[in-house]
Amino acid sequence: MSDLSHPPPVATTVDPAAPEPVAGTVAGHPEIVGRSPNQLAWLRLKRDRTARASAVTLAVAAVVALGAPLLGHLTGIDPTDKFVDRLNDFGMPIGYAGGINTDHWLGLEPGSGRDIALQLVYGLRTSLFVAFASALLASVIGVAVGVLAGWARGWLDSVVNWLVDLTLAFPFLIFALAVIPILQDRFYSDRESPSPAFRVALIVATFGLFSWTYTARLVRGQVISLREREFVEAARAAGAGTGHILLRQLLPNIWAPILVTVSLMVPQFIAIEAALAFVNIGVTEPTPDLGRMIFNSIGYVASDPWYTLFPGLTIFLLVLAFNLLGDALRDSLDPRSTR
Amino acid sequence: MLRFVLRRLLVAVLTLVVVSLVTFGLFFAVPSSPAKVMCGKNCTAADIAQVEQRLGIDRPLPRQYADFVHGVFAGRTYGEGDFRQDCPAPCLGFSFRNNQPVTEIVVQRAPVTFSIVLGGAVLWLALGISLGMVSALRRGTAFDRAAIGITLAGASMQVYFFGLILLYLLVYSTGLLPFPSYTPLTENPARWAAGLILPWMTLGFLNSALYARLSRAQMLETLSEDFVRTARAKGLPARQVHTRHALRAAITPIVTIAGLDIGTSLGGTFITETIFGLQGLGKATVEAVQFLNLPVVMATVLLAAVFIVVANIVVDVLYAVIDPRVRLN
Repeated sequence: MSDLSHPPPVATTVDPAAPEPVAGTVAGHPEIVGRSPNQLAWLRLKRDRTARASAVTLAVAAVVALGAPLLGHLTGIDPTDKFVDRLNDFGMPIGYAGGINTDHWLGLEPGSGRDIALQLVYGLRTSLFVAFASALLASVIGVAVGVLAGWARGWLDSVVNWLVDLTLAFPFLIFALAVIPILQDRFYSDRESPSPAFRVALIVATFGLFSWTYTARLVRGQVISLREREFVEAARAAGAGTGHILLRQLLPNIWAPILVTVSLMVPQFIAIEAALAFVNIGVTEPTPDLGRMIFNSIGYVASDPWYTLFPGLTIFLLVLAFNLLGDALRDSLDPRSTR
Repeated sequence: MLRFVLRRLLVAVLTLVVVSLVTFGLFFAVPSSPAKVMCGKNCTAADIAQVEQRLGIDRPLPRQYADFVHGVFAGRTYGEGDFRQDCPAPCLGFSFRNNQPVTEIVVQRAPVTFSIVLGGAVLWLALGISLGMVSALRRGTAFDRAAIGITLAGASMQVYFFGLILLYLLVYSTGLLPFPSYTPLTENPARWAAGLILPWMTLGFLNSALYARLSRAQMLETLSEDFVRTARAKGLPARQVHTRHALRAAITPIVTIAGLDIGTSLGGTFITETIFGLQGLGKATVEAVQFLNLPVVMATVLLAAVFIVVANIVVDVLYAVIDPRVRLN
């Protein structure tokens, strides 16, 4: 019987799943390349075909959204321009497939006569901006609260835990739906119409303030498990202050799960923002919005389904690409997880 | 078991009290003048004062909250003399705009939402769990890979897009289904079902994606456990091993998520209701929000929270019933 307390010699087996064969002794590979966990994660992500495809999709979406004014300049169309002369007497676009032609690549909106391609491109900007800003806000609050609760423990930790439980009992979507118009009423009387920027800020604030709890809970757990480790003790023995330990010792160790939650939060916010716009609570006219386009298209589904198709497909592809990339990111950062 | 349930009930009641305080504060303390908001744009100062007085909004906020809670449990009376309005026991407020107690609106709208959600839930659970189970049993086959692809796409699909696609394909272009409508179940069960097939399909297909992924993962995990191997070694037929042993163990986490999903949906299927023009609770919330009809908004938001809290308790109890390991602790 061999002594079980000693591990068997490692060299006898080579893990077939290891990214690079440990081939220090084989001729032609004299060097063993040392790689940090981050480099390994990056390698795994680069090798993932789904991740590459969704990253390309998102890059294209980002370029299109950023270059929206350029597109408007090239085509000479403004998103608010109305081409009423290209609609028939019933307000329906003239021509095949919702009025698609060389001037209007995705046709025109029935009723208003605006160019769908331009609405879509500018709507993409709104959608991505709201989603990224909300995810950033929620993560910053979540990380701050989570680190604080995990580090301080005691009553602060209990309060945070209780808050997290409470927000879970709140129906988020319905709540956001109700809160946004009421807060707007607080700041604007009904005679003046609020600026579009205010509405966007209100939406971002509502999303951010009500969805930090998941990140906070995650970060709190990580901090609690890390704070007793030797490297923290070593830092403290070396005379490091609390700020240094939190920011320079703990935070770099928990960025991976935070990154994954951010990447999965963005598609959720894209979907929720569009859902609110779908019931006319989101971004207001004249700011173009994908969800509101779908809402406006309900009445035309029978006569002009193209009007529904383009914004719907855009949101679907955007959410799908973000979800796939988020999954791939999680898999690459955590090698133990399996598909 | 009884102590477990009692403790959960206590926590739930506390949660509800806090949730109601927050919602109440939000809807009656945040707006500059709730009475003005409720009265509408063309109201004079005298009208507003009248609304305030009749609905009791001129009182201090804590008193208003106490009145509200009293109304929920014992009913209350709004106004006096000619304007006297009785609001019997579960009084959730009085909508000045509709000239109707909010409870009446809720009672009218709730059956629509319940029908949509419960029918949809049956479909999404049946579809999701069976798809997940079959693809776990046929892991790596073409069927499994196709199922994974479809469920990945389905999990990223939006109700507002998918519902309109179904509406176009099944109603407008082929006429296979009637346009959705609501007929009470007690009045005509066949028409009730026919009018709700489309919303059921929309919710069923989309939500089943998540359940298929989840139950596939759970099933794969349980199938590799020792007790399943033991069951196989005893010589039990495969079907019995898969359903009686593996599925039963795999299903517990799914029950949790299903309970919470159903609870959340009951509070607001407003997108489904908006697409298909069904007058449920979600649609009532959306309409009330657009006109800032505060009593209705507050009642529906509160009700949505109640559904979630109740669903939580039901899930906890169900968990103990299904999984003996939970009961022992």
